[in-house]
Amino acid sequence: MRLEARSEISWRGALLAPLFAVFVSLILCSGLILWSGASVLEAYRSMLEGSLGSGFSLAETLSRATPLIFTGLAAALAFRARFWNIGAEGQLYAGAIGVTLLGTGDYQISSTMMPLVLLGISTFAGALWLFAPAVLKLRFQVDEVVTTLLLNFVMLLLVSLLLEGPLKDPMGLGWPQAAPVVPDAELPKLVPGFRAHAGLLIALALVLITWTVQTRTTWGFEMRAVGLNPEAARFAGMPVERVLLTTALCSGAIAGLAGYSEVAGLKGNLTLDLSPGFGYSGIVVAMLAQLHPLGVVASAFFVATIFVGADAMSRAVGVPNYIADVVVATSLLCMLVAVLQIRYRIHWRG
Amino acid sequence: MDWLELLWTASFWVATVRIATPLILGTLGELICERAGVLNLGIEGLMTLGAMSGWMAVYQGADLWTGVATAALMGALFGALHGLLTVPLGLSQHVTGIGITLLTTSLSYYTYRLVLPEVSSPPRIEAFTPWAIPGLSSIPVLGEALFTQTPMTYLAFGLVLVVGLVLYRTPLGLAIRTVGENPAAVEAQGISVTGLRIGAVMFGSALMAIAGAFLTMSAFNAFFFNMVNGRGWICIALVVFASWHPGKALLGALLFAAFDAYQLRLQQLVGSAVPYQLFLMMPYLLSILALLLISRKVSAPQALMAPYRKGER
Repeated sequence: MRLEARSEISWRGALLAPLFAVFVSLILCSGLILWSGASVLEAYRSMLEGSLGSGFSLAETLSRATPLIFTGLAAALAFRARFWNIGAEGQLYAGAIGVTLLGTGDYQISSTMMPLVLLGISTFAGALWLFAPAVLKLRFQVDEVVTTLLLNFVMLLLVSLLLEGPLKDPMGLGWPQAAPVVPDAELPKLVPGFRAHAGLLIALALVLITWTVQTRTTWGFEMRAVGLNPEAARFAGMPVERVLLTTALCSGAIAGLAGYSEVAGLKGNLTLDLSPGFGYSGIVVAMLAQLHPLGVVASAFFVATIFVGADAMSRAVGVPNYIADVVVATSLLCMLVAVLQIRYRIHWRG
Repeated sequence: MDWLELLWTASFWVATVRIATPLILGTLGELICERAGVLNLGIEGLMTLGAMSGWMAVYQGADLWTGVATAALMGALFGALHGLLTVPLGLSQHVTGIGITLLTTSLSYYTYRLVLPEVSSPPRIEAFTPWAIPGLSSIPVLGEALFTQTPMTYLAFGLVLVVGLVLYRTPLGLAIRTVGENPAAVEAQGISVTGLRIGAVMFGSALMAIAGAFLTMSAFNAFFFNMVNGRGWICIALVVFASWHPGKALLGALLFAAFDAYQLRLQQLVGSAVPYQLFLMMPYLLSILALLLISRKVSAPQALMAPYRKGER
């Protein structure tokens, strides 16, 4: 078997690849649904209905897509520069801790300043949590995959420590949860009574900013150049280390915003189950989007559809909702193969 | 008992060897993959899969060694998938590995929930019991620590020896080491780079699954969600710490486990004066520290993470 690089990548192929990946993944996973004894068509119908079938479920899906846009964008930005930030989960919690420190009424902050302060602290906290792995990578060549992954576990323990100690809500009836954010700090709902909130607008604005920076600025160009070939970038006089460091910090900051959006927009306070693995799903979102910022929106919406739909499917036909994680993981692997098909011509002989 | 006396109790060293066992097996598995030039970030998920499938086989009535074999087989199967995607197709080993972890973890949870839809407390199995080796186990402290373990621990020690011998004393081992350094040289010998690498990844993945099976079949006797809890990622750090040598991997895993066993006892000693979470963070922070300390001396296999394409330079 031999791979021959294609001279140009067709737009049609790039758009069809994720659809193909999702389609194949759904077919593969129908085997698991059959195994559970449910009807495949019935299961997928309840999935579609539960995630997109009504205004209520659509709002639920949008609210689930919001953190995935942040974490997906964080991964897409870092991966583009070949900085493997697998720690968005930890950075999300770092952002949420920042919001809890300043947004729960311990400090008098005016209502106009509050959103800005919280935006600032959550991006700062997210970037800070990635600072050590980034420096270890750049100064000591310590693999960032392992360090960012390990710090996810450290972060969960830190959150647990804070929720049982200094950040514990005195009114929380003994539950390990932080005090709720003050009304000024809350992100408004997009439509009253539905769960989708203004965090989605922040996420979309961030996507546009990232896209503009990547395509229109020198810094964005340098990021991509460093990812494609660091040696060539260095030879061309680019400050490779500085570009990698700033890219990494931006990635951490974006993941930190996911924590702000979840606490201030949806949950109201910091708990240990704030994120059901949004950081890890963000990697899949980024890959399905082929690391393109605009694609992140579509793939985050798709992944959210699967997660919200799987809950409905589990209620309707009794298939365990872990099926959502299987579909998403299978989509990732199928996507990798689909992208290979676009980039290379595969010769099976010779 | 004060904090120093802890070190001289036999129970501390017994616990050290027990905690080290899954780390030894996992580190050995990752080491074989990386020696052949393939990073396997599927380890965390493959350990979960091994823990679930080994336990499930026994729960369904199979005997214990059949359970271990089931786990190994499942590991090898998904190892083959990782090998197929990263070796002939040359996909990013980072992203594929994370994908394998996500897939095997979710498949394990799905299967567990499907078979046991409503259980409040995880059912237990009759797991491996310690085998005291006559004579050797009566040596004070050291003998007790090494020779009153379950058969899976002896298996782990035996595998370190076997893998070490095969890697350094056989033509197969030479081929595996070379394919991780200079695949073109292996190709020139008429050996298939693809076959060798996929084989190494399958064997390594089987070991990772056995490492997971130790948790359900020798340590906790039941399957819990999130039970692997980062052990796979710690193994990846241990491979670097061991500079890709099986013997050093064994020492690294034991050293690491000794710290872990020590912090568990220290935790009981200091009581609630220090939050227990600080102790639980230690293994992860220690792994990062180990990577930092070793970083100047690291010499990874030359072709690690570089896909091999015939005729390409």
